[in-house]
Amino acid sequence: MPEKSAGGLAEAQPLDQIKHNPRPGGTLYRGREGMWSWVLHRITGVGIFFFLLVHILDTALVRLSPEAYNAVMSAYKTPIMGLGEVGLVGAIGFHALNGLRIILVDFWSVGTRHQRLLFWLVLGLWVVLMLGFVPRHLMNVFGA
Amino acid sequence: MSTATLEGSTAAAEAVQSFTVTVIIRRFDPEVDSEPRWQDFDVELFATDRVLDALHKIKWEQDGSLTFRRSCAHGICGSDAMRINGRNRLACKTLIKDLDISKPIYVEAIKGLPLEKDLIVDMEPFFDSYKDIQPFLVSSTAPKEGKERHQSVAERERFDDTTKCILCAACTSSCPVFWTDGQYFGPAAIVNAHRFIFDSRDEASETRLDILNDKEGVWRCRTTFNCSEACPRGIQVTKAIAEVKQAIMRGKP
Repeated sequence: MPEKSAGGLAEAQPLDQIKHNPRPGGTLYRGREGMWSWVLHRITGVGIFFFLLVHILDTALVRLSPEAYNAVMSAYKTPIMGLGEVGLVGAIGFHALNGLRIILVDFWSVGTRHQRLLFWLVLGLWVVLMLGFVPRHLMNVFGA
Repeated sequence: MSTATLEGSTAAAEAVQSFTVTVIIRRFDPEVDSEPRWQDFDVELFATDRVLDALHKIKWEQDGSLTFRRSCAHGICGSDAMRINGRNRLACKTLIKDLDISKPIYVEAIKGLPLEKDLIVDMEPFFDSYKDIQPFLVSSTAPKEGKERHQSVAERERFDDTTKCILCAACTSSCPVFWTDGQYFGPAAIVNAHRFIFDSRDEASETRLDILNDKEGVWRCRTTFNCSEACPRGIQVTKAIAEVKQAIMRGKP
C-alpha cells in the first residue's frame, strides 16, 4: 500500500496514485434486484433476438433445398449445440417470467411495492423450470 | 478510562473510540488531469461521523484542493449527492457506522452528468429537465372564498410523497437509462411533474402529461428501481413514474 498523506500535508502523491488506479471509469453502480433483473432481461433479450434471426434463416432454407436443410439440422445435433439449447431455454424462460413481472410492476397497483419479491419469485420459478428441463435434455444429448 | 483525576465528561469523551478510515476519492482537476484518478486518504473518524465530516477533515487538514458541494449539511439542501461505495447517497446523511470501515470507502461524483471537478458535476442538464415540466402551480381561476385554495386531506395526500423532493439528483444519476441517454427527462423531473399533475388545484396537468408522453419522457423508464433505492428522502420514485404512465394511458384519475 502506498504511503498516505496522513501527516497533514496538502501535497498528494501522484506517482503512487497512477499505480493505484483500480477503476478508471468509476466503480460499478451497486444497484439491487431491480437493476440486475433489467440487465439480465436486456442480455437474454438480445441473445434471443440473434437466435431468432438464425432460426428464421435455417427454417427458410427448407424451401430452397431440403437436403441443405437436413445437413444444417444434423450439424446442430452435437453436444455443444445441446449445451447451447440449455442456454437458450434458460434465456427464454427468464425473459418470459421477468416479462410477466414487468407487466405486473407496470399495471398492478401494488406491483412497484412488491417488485423485489416478484424478482425472487421469477428466479424461483425459473429454477423449477430448469430443473424439469435440464436433466432430461442432457440425457437426450449425451445419452446413447 | 479509569483516570480518576479527569472530569467525568472528559473521561467519557475519551472513551468514545475513533477509527482510522481509508477514504478513496475519485479526483479530477480539469486544469491538470486528462482522466479522473483515485486518491486515498486516511482519516480519523468516530462512528457517529458522516461521510461529509470525512470530506471536511480531508479538505481542512490534508488536501485543501479537494472540491465538493455542500450547504446545509443536514439532508435538506440536496447539494452533496455523491456515489458512496457504488451507491448514490447524500454525504451528510451517510453515517460511518453504517458502512463497512474494514474496507476503504469509495467516494466519487454522481454519474451521467458532466464532471467538472472532483465531486462536482454540471447540474444544468438536470435542472433544464426540471424546468421543462413546469414545476409551478398553474391556475387561471381566482381562488374561491378569499385567498386560499382549499384542498381536502385526501387530495393533499394524493401527491404528498413527491412533495419531499430536494432536487439532489441522486435518483436521476442512478438511472441506467439516463447514463446512456442524457436526453431522458429522468426520475427527478417526473417526480416533480407528478407533484403538480396530481394536485387538485393545478390546471396544467394535461400540458405536463403531454410533455412527458414523449420519446424521452416516462416511456424511457425501464423500472430498474435504482431511483427508489437512491432517494435520500425515501420517495417511491418508480411508483410515481408508474402513476404518471397510467395517467397518460387512462387520463388523470
